[in-house]
Amino acid sequence: MADPMKIRAKLSGDVAEIKVMMSHPMENGMRKDSAGATVPHHFIQNITVEVGGKMVVQGQTGTSVSRNPVFGFKVKGAKAGDKVVIKWRDNKGESRSDETTVA
Amino acid sequence: MDMLRRTMLKGVGAGGMLTAALAAGLLKPGHVYAADEWNKAAFDAKDVGAALKGLGAGNAAESKDIVLKAPDIAENGAVVPVEVVSNIPNSVSISILSQKNPLPLATSFDFANGALPEVQVRVRLASTTMVQAVVKTADGKFYTAQKEVKVTVGGCGG
Repeated sequence: MADPMKIRAKLSGDVAEIKVMMSHPMENGMRKDSAGATVPHHFIQNITVEVGGKMVVQGQTGTSVSRNPVFGFKVKGAKAGDKVVIKWRDNKGESRSDETTVA
Repeated sequence: MDMLRRTMLKGVGAGGMLTAALAAGLLKPGHVYAADEWNKAAFDAKDVGAALKGLGAGNAAESKDIVLKAPDIAENGAVVPVEVVSNIPNSVSISILSQKNPLPLATSFDFANGALPEVQVRVRLASTTMVQAVVKTADGKFYTAQKEVKVTVGGCGG
């Protein structure tokens, strides 16, 4: 199981600024390990962000995203205490869901 | 998700672009993004043209209303912060590509329910390249902006 995401959701006026860092190798299938063998693809493909029970962002990602990906989003109309749920799923079918509340 | 679907359908209908898009092979009938869907054609594309085509953005128009922030020089191509803000009304999606990467398309985000059309992300750049942002509006039109980033050490091999 991958490590938890770090999620921060801060309210500024009526806009929630959401920052998330995911713990993932994002292997692009081109890197070689110390033995010279190619490290296979292993990267996040899908990301979803829900705020207050509504889907606000759906993302797809490829291997050109850095390892341990960081994303920032802004959501208008959010309120303090709204639940923020972020999920990712990678090409091996592994997934992770973490949440926080808008503060 | 229903909202997205509606926006998409409305966009296609209102734009009157459906026939043209279909003819160009850009839009598959009934194609709707779902949370578990991954645009293989676009993400596996090995050059920018094919990636844009995979996104349906082959004829994206240049726009000054897209703010693309990226460093002029990136010392480490493995982690390059890129921020895209769309000031185009009714923007529903933002995609980011690095033109010289082996697989140019980095991310594609759809926004709904109050999410502002802007995103921050850290991308890999293999070499000095143009970073390109592609914005889609609710009526199915595509707009684009780009900025060059000089890369000292590439971020794909190693």
